[in-house]
Amino acid sequence: MNTMTRQQVLDMYFMDARHKLIDLAAFLDRVDRSEGEDDFRIQAFREAMQHLGSGDTDRAAKVLMTFSDPTTEPIPAATTKAACGAWPGADNG
Amino acid sequence: MRYIEPHGHMVSRTTDDYLAMVTAGCQAVCEPAFWAGFDRSSANGFYDYFCQLTEHEPKRAAKFGLPHYSWLCINPKESEDIKLADDVLALIPEFIDKPNVLGIGEIGLNKNSRNELIVLEKHIQIAAESDQLILVHTPHLEDKYKGTRLIMDALKNDSRIKPERCIIDHVEEHTIGMVLEEGFWAGMTLYPESKCSPSRAIDMLERFGTERIWMNSACDWGISRPLAVPHTAFEMKQRGHTADWIDKVTFQNPITFMSQCPKFKIKP
Repeated sequence: MNTMTRQQVLDMYFMDARHKLIDLAAFLDRVDRSEGEDDFRIQAFREAMQHLGSGDTDRAAKVLMTFSDPTTEPIPAATTKAACGAWPGADNG
Repeated sequence: MRYIEPHGHMVSRTTDDYLAMVTAGCQAVCEPAFWAGFDRSSANGFYDYFCQLTEHEPKRAAKFGLPHYSWLCINPKESEDIKLADDVLALIPEFIDKPNVLGIGEIGLNKNSRNELIVLEKHIQIAAESDQLILVHTPHLEDKYKGTRLIMDALKNDSRIKPERCIIDHVEEHTIGMVLEEGFWAGMTLYPESKCSPSRAIDMLERFGTERIWMNSACDWGISRPLAVPHTAFEMKQRGHTADWIDKVTFQNPITFMSQCPKFKIKP
């Protein structure tokens, strides 16, 4: 159920999305300027970005799935309470 | 407008927040038991917390004319210690019949561990035995998708649990579809930095419809906005949605779900 035309969507959300896109670009520049190696978080981030320009539908869900733990079995024990935003992988979890 | 805040941790909020909420049109607030931001050292801490949820916080809310309801459990962040969890679960029967208690919640998983799952199943057992409503917390970020599936499996494994009497909260775009397809209610939590933004929540309503779904702020001791629901209602209006459509999501739907508990007295 959409209530807005594309023009209305752009009028309402373009500036906000533009702001977030530039922030995202600046973040990537900041990461690239910094010394050290990538970790699993930024690797997942770069993979998730592939969905943005792909012309896919349901991009938000696909980005979320890129960061998600795809396994199905409970882990042996919780050693932390916090989530870090990306699945470290079966060997690093 | 009128709305219900179906998930707010008011013990962590100030009286200014109560005033702002009633001024914005809040008709009732519902408070699931949750993690205090630190681990309690014993079940005694939970006893005091359950007293706060069932006696003291309703009085504080009443000073602002706001009906206050609560849910009881040991939250998944403190469920790794099975002995502690058992001690807390043993307290629930003393409080479950209090007049403002709507059911068991917010139960669920945090890191999707075996012990968390065991404690979740014990909560489900209590809810099934006493025919309580269930409010589910799903894990954060990378753990949400897996946790949501494990939680739904645990609920479906008990034939006494009716999906329409369970709300699975904190859904996002990758989990909302499977929650609704299985017949559960879905809650969207409006957080500034994680979970779901107002615009994404409205997108999901437009895509998945307005049946068996609500929105909440889950305002707590962290970065959160007690007025997230009315702010999102304003954005719905900006998008051209009707007053009836907004009222259904923000007021009528919470009533429909929570009225399954006869103690919930707010009427549409």
